[in-house]
Amino acid sequence: MHREAYCRRKCFMGVNDMPISSSSISGRTDSCSDWTGSFSRTSRSSHSEDRSKMASLGCFLRTGKNAVSVVLRREFSKTPPAAVQVNVRDALNQAMDEELERDERVFLLGEEVAQYDGAYKVSRGLWKKYGDKRIIDTPITEMGFAGIAVGAAFAGLRPICEFMTWNFSMQAIDQVINSAAKTYYMSAGAQPVPIVFRGPNGSSAGVAAQHSQCFAAWYGHCPGLKVVSPWNSEDARGLLKAAIRDDNPVVFLENELMYGVPFDLSEEVMQKDFVVPIGKAKVERQGTHITLVSHSRCVGFCLDAATVLAKEGVECEVVNLRTIRPLDVDTIEASVMKTGHLVTVEGGWPQYGVGAEICARVMEGPAFNYLDAPAVRVTGVDIPMPYAKILEDHSVPQIKDIIFSVKKVLNM
Amino acid sequence: LLQMLLCYLSRLAQPQVLRSRFFSLCVLLQKVDLHRLEEGPPLTSTLTREEGLKYYRTMQTIRRMELKADQLYKQKIIRGFCHLYDGQEACAVGIEGGITLSDHLITAYRAHGYTLTRGGTVREIMAELTGRRGGIAKGKGGSMHMYTKNFYGGNGIVGAQVPLGAGVALACKYLGNDQLCVSLYGDGAANQGQIFETYNMSSLWKLPIIFICENNQYAMGTSVERSAASTEYYKRGDYIPGIRVDGMDVLCVREATKFAAAHCRSGKGPILMELQTYRYHGHSMSDPGVSYRTREEIQEVRSKSDPISMLKDRMLSNNMASIEELKEIDIAVRKEIEDAAQFATTDPEPPLDDLCSHIFANDQPFEVRGATPWTKLTSTS
Repeated sequence: MHREAYCRRKCFMGVNDMPISSSSISGRTDSCSDWTGSFSRTSRSSHSEDRSKMASLGCFLRTGKNAVSVVLRREFSKTPPAAVQVNVRDALNQAMDEELERDERVFLLGEEVAQYDGAYKVSRGLWKKYGDKRIIDTPITEMGFAGIAVGAAFAGLRPICEFMTWNFSMQAIDQVINSAAKTYYMSAGAQPVPIVFRGPNGSSAGVAAQHSQCFAAWYGHCPGLKVVSPWNSEDARGLLKAAIRDDNPVVFLENELMYGVPFDLSEEVMQKDFVVPIGKAKVERQGTHITLVSHSRCVGFCLDAATVLAKEGVECEVVNLRTIRPLDVDTIEASVMKTGHLVTVEGGWPQYGVGAEICARVMEGPAFNYLDAPAVRVTGVDIPMPYAKILEDHSVPQIKDIIFSVKKVLNM
Repeated sequence: LLQMLLCYLSRLAQPQVLRSRFFSLCVLLQKVDLHRLEEGPPLTSTLTREEGLKYYRTMQTIRRMELKADQLYKQKIIRGFCHLYDGQEACAVGIEGGITLSDHLITAYRAHGYTLTRGGTVREIMAELTGRRGGIAKGKGGSMHMYTKNFYGGNGIVGAQVPLGAGVALACKYLGNDQLCVSLYGDGAANQGQIFETYNMSSLWKLPIIFICENNQYAMGTSVERSAASTEYYKRGDYIPGIRVDGMDVLCVREATKFAAAHCRSGKGPILMELQTYRYHGHSMSDPGVSYRTREEIQEVRSKSDPISMLKDRMLSNNMASIEELKEIDIAVRKEIEDAAQFATTDPEPPLDDLCSHIFANDQPFEVRGATPWTKLTSTS
């Protein structure tokens, strides 16, 4: 896998030149005017939203841990002056730092978050700055400290409860679901639970079956929880700030392999009040032939696959979910109604997963009539994660799987 | 009394007496702390030459195997998590000296040493670390998930292994086979709620379980003072009798285990042992191990309490073995590790056919969904 940097604005403008109605391969030009109308509204608003955000973005580096990057030098002249390169870890760190400073009630607890600077160094420097009261090292007792965190939220504090990995949240899941997610409902609005649970989710590298599970579907299943899954640094920063400011329990699913990946962040994104709204997906790449919907690290794989496919004349629209629950069905439907084809991509297991939900929603909604082929899911293989490298590599969705699926769906 | 007399006599013996005369040594052990026990394990232990050489060899094998794993990890031939046991060898070897292979044992992720003492070979352990088909779990488990007969891993989730161990003990009692289960956990896990639940049920049902807390002073980067309101882990079982011993002395560990095993087999129910020990490496290979403790501390333990040195000095100063003999063992161990490492780095990775196998036991082969709906894989038992 290689990293390739390109100017987003250039791509955006290139695609934008094409009229929407004739863009799909099936050549459909007639459609129910109601849906076209609402679709145009949606796409226009998402375009302008994208434009205002992306116009200030320069080149960025996507996915992968390999350090080879190809930069299109000629695009730098269009880059605004204040872009800063921030990796996902630092974006999370800065977001927490700023929110701790902004609101006295915010505090962080978890294993090794204080004196060790965080098991993955996400909370580096925070204990030094804020001390024992606001950055708390806990014993290895998830059920207990998750419960303590929820209780603190009941009483008016705004805890950030870190799970060293989301695998360990299974020890505490009762507190997340029964104590946090359901309480506002059970109390008929009397007791809000302004808590953020965060930590790395999904597969890493060589950590085997008990440390590699994706919990997006598990938590995404539960009403009362908000579940977010950032991909890049902008997502990480904006969504964490939004999560901390939200008065509801938020499950914040990070990705260990993304922590060290740098992205360019604009001045606007670096503002202290910059938030990414929870519940809104982002179209990372405009396309016309097929929609790829993904979350977290797989978004990068989708963009890489899109680059490869573009060489063969296939233009993929890549939707970054950003939020698992509430699911931004509108953005997905708008995209599917534009392209007529859908592939979902996720790291988790297929059965009862995020992709399954997206396909079901598309089936049940207006976008179904626009599908020219069945929607398809690219997922992790339906097995516990093996340790050996060759087996692990074949257990997770790869870029070639995405490309293969796209071609199958487009009947190429 | 006879034992005490023999001890006295052996101490009077001239050092230049032929070692072949002294095939048995009586050792005075450090005092043991007791909780809810009138009597504890004996304060003397008889070490035979054969035992001494065996313990020496096994501890040295564990030591060298872990150091080799360190090397291979740094070369990126071992990936993921790797939690090394060097410094704690006396625990694994001493425990095994107090039970038999028909007894059961379960521990957490710092498990390479136990995999060896429980019957695994260095070859299959190292090949598992490197993820090859010759690995003890065919390359599918990795460092934290190694199993042998009557050894239930190798468990990645802190604390979960303890109730599992009680379950094994339940089965022993149920089947009436006079076996017991040793259930290990660290000072970090000792605060886990499920351990207290297990204490309760094991006591209620008088299960033949020995709880052993390997207290190496640090849970990842958190010292015992910062994580436990009570650091007297041997007392934390409350109504369960407990003993605390020096975990760096293989004989202390052995005597304590023998005592605990007798307690269990007599039908009295569970007993708790705390072994005071130390790990030289950090928590795992991604932890340098010096941000929360000083190098001086590590060095001090190494020079004053190293389990292998302690046994070696004991045997040499009592003429149980010669320096040359022990050196020969060192060389043999080194060769065994080198051969194992050679195997572990050249053995091929598991075949792709193995990707989906072992999902269900004793079941028909079935189709497994791959990364795309067109990738159809098969699972066999």
